[in-house]
Amino acid sequence: MQKLLIGLGSLAAALLAASPVHAQGAIKIGLIMPYSGQFADTATQMDNAIKLYVSQHGDSVAGRKIEFIRKDTGGIAPDIAKRLAQELVVRDKVDLLAGFVLTPNALAASDVSAEAKKFMVIMNAATAIITTKSPYSTRTSLTIPQLNETLGAWAYKSGVRKAYTMVSDFGPGHDGENGFQRGFKDAGGQIVGSVRFPVANPDFSAFVQRAKDLNPEAIYVWVPGGVQPAAIGKTLAERGIDPAKTRIFGQGELTEESALKSMGDAGLGIITVYHYDYNHASAMNAAFVKAYNGAYSRNPDIYSIGGWDGMHLIYEALKKTGGKTDGDSLIAAAKGMKWESPRGPVSIDPETRDIIQTVYIRRVEKVGGQPRNVEFDKVENVKDPFKARMKK
Amino acid sequence: MIGPLVGVLFDGFAYGMLLFLLSVGLSVTLGMMNFVNLAHCSFAMLGGYVTVSLMNDLGWPFFATLPLAFLAAAAVSVVLERVLYRRLYRASDLDQCLLTIGIVFVSVASAAYIYGTVQQPVQMPDYLQGSFVVMGVNIAVYRLFLVGAALAITLILVAGLEYTRFGAQVRAAVDNQRMARGLGINVGGVFAVTFALGSGLAGLGGSLAIAIVGLDPSFAFTYLIYVLIVVSTGGLGSIGGSFVAAALLGISDVAGKYYVPQLGSFLIYLVMLGMLMWRPAGLFGKR
Repeated sequence: MQKLLIGLGSLAAALLAASPVHAQGAIKIGLIMPYSGQFADTATQMDNAIKLYVSQHGDSVAGRKIEFIRKDTGGIAPDIAKRLAQELVVRDKVDLLAGFVLTPNALAASDVSAEAKKFMVIMNAATAIITTKSPYSTRTSLTIPQLNETLGAWAYKSGVRKAYTMVSDFGPGHDGENGFQRGFKDAGGQIVGSVRFPVANPDFSAFVQRAKDLNPEAIYVWVPGGVQPAAIGKTLAERGIDPAKTRIFGQGELTEESALKSMGDAGLGIITVYHYDYNHASAMNAAFVKAYNGAYSRNPDIYSIGGWDGMHLIYEALKKTGGKTDGDSLIAAAKGMKWESPRGPVSIDPETRDIIQTVYIRRVEKVGGQPRNVEFDKVENVKDPFKARMKK
Repeated sequence: MIGPLVGVLFDGFAYGMLLFLLSVGLSVTLGMMNFVNLAHCSFAMLGGYVTVSLMNDLGWPFFATLPLAFLAAAAVSVVLERVLYRRLYRASDLDQCLLTIGIVFVSVASAAYIYGTVQQPVQMPDYLQGSFVVMGVNIAVYRLFLVGAALAITLILVAGLEYTRFGAQVRAAVDNQRMARGLGINVGGVFAVTFALGSGLAGLGGSLAIAIVGLDPSFAFTYLIYVLIVVSTGGLGSIGGSFVAAALLGISDVAGKYYVPQLGSFLIYLVMLGMLMWRPAGLFGKR
């Protein structure tokens, strides 16, 4: 018995002694995402891209191995996200935080990043102000004003003078509404009416009918990805709203791949603004989409591209610091970083730590018998306009 | 003025029928058999996935998938009924809730494992798409089809339960198990068939609903609240009650969203509260 105890004791001691060495060798990345629940697919796509990046670029940077610790928030849960971020920093001793599909979760975890001085890469959450909450955070996805103010201004330029807006009644929806209305009004357009509908809304007939009765020149729609884009797209077509007469504008979620499949011909003619689509024509994107399909048998989406570029930023920043992982060195390395992404040229704004990128205007057209988002106009080097105004 | 009003009434009624199709199975299992079956929408989701798989992978026509959606949900439910549900017929409501909510979690995880977390593409055949205009009112073809389907199912169910020998056995077994057993009715068998019927209807409702509400693994949870509202407002044990409640809820929901969009989807809960305060046992509830 005693021998056994001694044996166990020495084994434990050996393990304890061994683990710190191991921890120092590896760079630990804490990923916080909604792996389960309503938003699970966004996390699946983001994680796919992260895994693909690591498999293509190797699992060590600057001589140190990269390790991931994945944590599930289960959906919109800022309290859980904050707790997970704390656990990751305090108990698991991660070197940096990444992931963050949803705004409330990203905001909550930003406090931890600021306090613990940990580099934080936001790979999707798109509300403008998130990056102001921690001086160590940066973003590789988009901001909603970046896309929608651009779209609003573009809509006026394309000849629309009177528009109606309909958006989901929650943070990102309000941001989309504000962004489009501001861009459109600043250009000289007039908003003839607007409505906000509940986030969990199974039937859009009443809201669409209301918009139709006002007979606007254009309808702007903002709904989160998932079930709703197809539902509202079908309802628009069902009410006889013809995109050739009444223009339909939206952020890219509205015509994402799965939504287009469900909408069929009902989606044709809808104009959306986005920063990435798997149909984007470039050699780099073609290779990316091919590798992605090879590994996961589906096309990448914006969550994938956010994850991919997020990993790229992490790898490049680590190379620049020579493997140093403190927040100050990493954020300094990230500021002003420029690279070519499958979505086009992107860079990190040294002032706001937010992404600067090309914004594409696309129309749903039939390509080879299938509805696709076809890019037909673009605005280059768009900065987040919201934070530009905050400074003034 | 009349145009929009009639349009709102039609849309509301059609939305109500969508709710009814999703919940009619539950008014059989919860309403008649008194089993708190929170896994109802899991069976609906199963029906939805059957339809989607058959249409997209095997190229079946939409209508041919409907009987299979019904049968698949019914078959799975019989297995679950014989293995799990049967043991809890006399247990407390809480035990039944715990078992069935567990089944919901399992079904959500299974769907995510098999089909992935992605939204399933649902495309209806051309003749069910689009809309036509009658006297200034825009009628969507698929919604009209839903109304027809709901009416047909109500008629068949009410007639079947009121006027057939099996219907009489079901009512007897539900009202007084011991007496029914004493009369030589195979209560276990009747319950199994009734449960399969309820779940089969859920599967059918699911495959009819996905064209409007979409389908992903969270379906089993998302629509649970709506079907519970319909069944409790309609009154337990009454198919007609569910029908009327679904129609009222649908119309008030759509009218509310059209005329007072600020209230949004809150109105459906307000209507439920009002109706339940007025009639705590539901519109046509007996107990």
